[in-house]
Amino acid sequence: MTSYKIYIPRDSSALSLGAEKVLKTIESEALKRGIKLEIIRNGSRGLFWLETMVEVETPKGRVAYGPVNPADVSSLFDKEFFLGKKHPLSLGITEEIQWLKNQERLTYARVGITDPVSLEDYESHDGFKGLRKALDLKSQAIVDEVTESGLRGRGGAAFPTGIKWQTVLNAPSDKKYIVCNADEGDSGTFSDRMIMENDPFVLIEGMIIAGLAVGADQGYIYLRSEYPHAQAILNEAIEIAENNGFLGKNILGSQFTFNLEVTRAAGAYICGEETSLLESLEGKRGLVRYKPPLPAIEGLYGKPTVVNNVISLATIPIILDKGAKFYADFGMGRSKGTLPIQLAGNLKQTGLIEKAFGITLRELLYDFGGGSATGKNIKAVQVGGPLGAFLPEHQFDTPLDYEKFSEINAVVGHGGIVAFDDTIDMSKLARYSFEFCAIESCGKCTPCRIGSTRGMEVIDKIKDGVDQEKNVEVLRDLGETMVHGSLCAMGGMTPFPVISALNFFPKDFGLEKTET
Amino acid sequence: MLAENKIEKIEQHLNLLKDKPGALLPLMHAIQDDLGYIPEESYGPISKALRLSVAEVHGFVTFYHHFRTKPAGKHILQICRAESCQSMGSENIESYCKEKLGIDYHETTKDQSITLEPVYCLGNCACSPAVMIDDEVVGRVDKEKIDELIEEAKK
Repeated sequence: MTSYKIYIPRDSSALSLGAEKVLKTIESEALKRGIKLEIIRNGSRGLFWLETMVEVETPKGRVAYGPVNPADVSSLFDKEFFLGKKHPLSLGITEEIQWLKNQERLTYARVGITDPVSLEDYESHDGFKGLRKALDLKSQAIVDEVTESGLRGRGGAAFPTGIKWQTVLNAPSDKKYIVCNADEGDSGTFSDRMIMENDPFVLIEGMIIAGLAVGADQGYIYLRSEYPHAQAILNEAIEIAENNGFLGKNILGSQFTFNLEVTRAAGAYICGEETSLLESLEGKRGLVRYKPPLPAIEGLYGKPTVVNNVISLATIPIILDKGAKFYADFGMGRSKGTLPIQLAGNLKQTGLIEKAFGITLRELLYDFGGGSATGKNIKAVQVGGPLGAFLPEHQFDTPLDYEKFSEINAVVGHGGIVAFDDTIDMSKLARYSFEFCAIESCGKCTPCRIGSTRGMEVIDKIKDGVDQEKNVEVLRDLGETMVHGSLCAMGGMTPFPVISALNFFPKDFGLEKTET
Repeated sequence: MLAENKIEKIEQHLNLLKDKPGALLPLMHAIQDDLGYIPEESYGPISKALRLSVAEVHGFVTFYHHFRTKPAGKHILQICRAESCQSMGSENIESYCKEKLGIDYHETTKDQSITLEPVYCLGNCACSPAVMIDDEVVGRVDKEKIDELIEEAKK
């Protein structure tokens, strides 16, 4: 009997929309009709308005249907979807869907295509090619490749990855560590989660290469506690890698040893800050450390440590495989390569887009995003998480580029974009920024610990019409103090969303206008 | 006084994890996963085994939002309060849940079935508004979906 190959995603966003129920319904319907299916749990392609997206393998390539709900399953069978035939939910050949066709997927090359925990799938889609090349290179040559690629830290700070690695390589020590910052706490971001759930081996490979490059034999993935699915998949993948000679002693017959484990975080946003993360990994409260010394010199347990974001590390394999130049040829200016951009919030079409730097917000919001979900005007977007500035419509033509964003006092950050329609009250969002800072501040420095609460109070006064002129000045002054006086980005960047909201949307604060 | 079997369980986790570098974090997870919370009575034995002061252990537990020192209800319902969910009307979901359950955040229903907690991003921002019930994320929730979840949890 012929068996038909069907793909149903196991990504947690797909699961959150009922992928598991769709799977069960398809299984029982197939059984009832005596049709044999081979069901593969792939990752999500990142088109979340179409999840649950079911794919079928056909001679012409994979054909997609979505969004599939359990109620659609019977009619899908009636129309013989398992042969790739037409149905009202047909999306055609998956690779031909415009949203996917218009991307440049490098870091995300396999995401949605493969079974996340199939080593065979991973290797047959270029997996571990970068590691095999790296094993033939000297440490310095690996670091050079990363430096030349122009890769900058994708967690938000955009520090050149190669320079960080060089510092750790140069630091003499009997013990070094690779720490993956997987404490993805920024609202509007999910690209780390998608890599970990949908292509965990690429992160593992990137971390092994990092270990080879700087001479570290121990890696930790510090994973936020809100991601239980990612934790289960990572642990499964690590075990498979260990059993197949990719982790542990004598990796692939070499002299190199590298061990990797996942440490579950405990719901503190501040632990996404690298020194706070290290404190937490050491079993302490996540208080931010003074810098210097840099973690690259004195990091985990005082030893030289590479702390990189998930996406930075997951991009290493393709750089080693295809070469620094291949990667650096994407992008613009000093923003080389691609960025996995996350479209979130009030948009018709939300999801994951990996694109070379240089695409504008407008293209993302309207060409990819299709405008707001509610059909109203998009009033503002927040880029780069809760510490990122709000951008009004007249800034939508800004290209996604670290420097161009910096010029308008905004940040690209981790590439998360949250859209708001015109029903949103920007003063509420500004107040929330302070509230969030007050809840999540580690409390070590005064501007952040105290400033956040005072900020909420000042906004309340402005909104209540109390001494508005004076209080706007106080708010701006407080912002300055926090920007310049805080130890880390938590207090140092909270004023970005606040002041941008005040500058661009003074009416929401009950002000006629305010100086900009 | 803490029940004998709880003390025993805490001792077991301690024996398993006390020599691990950075032991406190995995240890607290192990205890909370097992008992549902971290009893304050455990601070003494933990501080002794890890050579910390009781204040350090207390400081650690109370620093992290995830850890609780009192038992929770049978299910934990977390509502995302972050920006992306706000853009899709999570405030209505928050007030609806509070009203329907008759509790505020960090509280448990009288029948001990549900504890309500805020959460700041579940990584499900493409499917806002989102909530999490125990370990399962639920996307694009509306009042009907909340009704379903609560009904299921109260069974």
